Amino acid sequence: MATGELNPNHYPARRAAKVVQHYLNTHYGSPFRLFGLHNVQSGNAEDVADSGRKYQLEISVQEIISNTTENCSAEVLFLRGDQQHSPQVQVSCAELLKSNTAAQEEALFQKYKMNQSLLSAQNLPDSYGHIEPDNKPLWHLGIVASSSVMLKESTENTLFNMAQVAHITQLATENEQLKFDCHILLHEMVSQEIIHWKLLFTWSPPEGVKVLQMEQLPHCHHCEKPPNTN
Amino acid sequence: MLSSVLSLVVLLSATGAAAVERVEHDYYKYHPMPEITDWMAQVEKDHPDVVTVVEYGQTYEKRTISLLKIGLNTGEEKKAIWMDCGIHAREWIAPAFCQYFVRQILQAHKTDPKMQEMLKNLDFYVTPVLNMDGYIYTWKDNGTRLWRKNRSPGPSGCNCTGVDLNRNFNATWGTIGVSFDCCSNIYCGRQAASEPEAQAVTYFVGSRKEAFLCFLTIHSYGQLLLLPYGHPNFTASNYNELMEVGLGAADAIRRVHGMNYTVGTSPAVLYPNSGSSRDWARMLGIPFSYTFELRDKGTFGFELPEDQIQPACEEAYSGALHIITYAHDKTFSGAVATAAATLWTMLLAVGVTGNTLM
Repeated sequence: MATGELNPNHYPARRAAKVVQHYLNTHYGSPFRLFGLHNVQSGNAEDVADSGRKYQLEISVQEIISNTTENCSAEVLFLRGDQQHSPQVQVSCAELLKSNTAAQEEALFQKYKMNQSLLSAQNLPDSYGHIEPDNKPLWHLGIVASSSVMLKESTENTLFNMAQVAHITQLATENEQLKFDCHILLHEMVSQEIIHWKLLFTWSPPEGVKVLQMEQLPHCHHCEKPPNTN
Repeated sequence: MLSSVLSLVVLLSATGAAAVERVEHDYYKYHPMPEITDWMAQVEKDHPDVVTVVEYGQTYEKRTISLLKIGLNTGEEKKAIWMDCGIHAREWIAPAFCQYFVRQILQAHKTDPKMQEMLKNLDFYVTPVLNMDGYIYTWKDNGTRLWRKNRSPGPSGCNCTGVDLNRNFNATWGTIGVSFDCCSNIYCGRQAASEPEAQAVTYFVGSRKEAFLCFLTIHSYGQLLLLPYGHPNFTASNYNELMEVGLGAADAIRRVHGMNYTVGTSPAVLYPNSGSSRDWARMLGIPFSYTFELRDKGTFGFELPEDQIQPACEEAYSGALHIITYAHDKTFSGAVATAAATLWTMLLAVGVTGNTLM
């Protein structure tokens, strides 16, 4: 695989940069803050002893909801070895991560807390790419939660995006957190497969999204519909 | 009084009937297969001098695969441009783009001298949906929307359906970037061009290979312009030119809505693969062979919102037109330039020998 200075248009740098996107969404994402990889400006890769390969990247990242773009520096370490390891990521961006979404998050959180019934939605987006405005925050939560799966599963040989939230349901809780169960579809670009995951996660403005459980679901090839999540 | 009211009623119902017959085709919505088929027939009907529907094959489920042949009938054998959309069923923006492309060139034909010239010199062969069985399957229900392959049954002993048509063409088939597991989304089939959809293209384009200047195959998503070859060990003989023209197309795309499309071979910018239609076309000798991967970069992926159909199509049209215009001008304006040069050379020669003509 490529070592030394990388062509920013070629896939090794681009795959590593995508991992940075998943890291940012996992740790800083919220219903009002989502990150997308915008561009790779430069990259460098070097082997690390026997343990793996480290990428140094200069990238631009877009905060999707406010439509602002900013430059970030990042390091991604892919570990090799017998066990499956998540990539290790360090990233610094000047302004991007400074939150001013606290008020909106709190308002949404309170609105959901005061709801009489538990929220539920499916097929976000639908076949036509449409998401009802009321369901957009649930789609955003799905992206944030699935980013921790995509981060964990990423290697130098994969490129993940979330294809759809098949199903998301709010569960009752005793504590301050909101709790959700969701079935998400990931698209892995290299194999072109759609991979199904079931996630259990909590959300509150101070804690952010925390994934409690994640489970890959076997894809039933002869089934017409996705597995029943009930 | 009563007779004039009755006349008005008759007039209104007559115009009403005429208006109801024709519903304007909305190019900024996704259309199920029957609507696309109807639209093709309507386009032919509306432009009988320029458009013909040509049937050129059958899908596994025995549907007729057709294309729109668009060009002025000059009575001669013409050079040609190939465009196909919807090899992969879930990439709905691709068939939407083929429909938009047809509408644009027909509209430009009315007013733009350059397009008139190109339609005189070239025939455009546009297949709005190549993998019809797969496309129809993605419209079935929420569980089928992300289907990719065709719908042929797996080989005996394998429980899964479908072959990845873009791994099935006879171009370094079965060597890299494929799976022989029939359940895989990149299953290349039991042999090269085993699939009827791939055979249809192979036969139609193959029997006219000298005519084709461009072969454009439209996909999503990723915002990429891919050059041949998908196999890392092979470089196209016109790689530099393909790169230059591809970068020009990406510039044209960026000028429309600011979107970045990355240009390069598949093994460089995406992943190595074999058996693609683009590689097959290039190996046949068709010089300008590209895969377009349209919007977006993963936010919505295959489920691109309908409100992005228009900008996605506008930028892709700009990119495609750049490549097509280059290929056309290289083939045709070159002849004009040569004729002009010959005339000048002759005039200068006469001038030098001076008095001969006086």
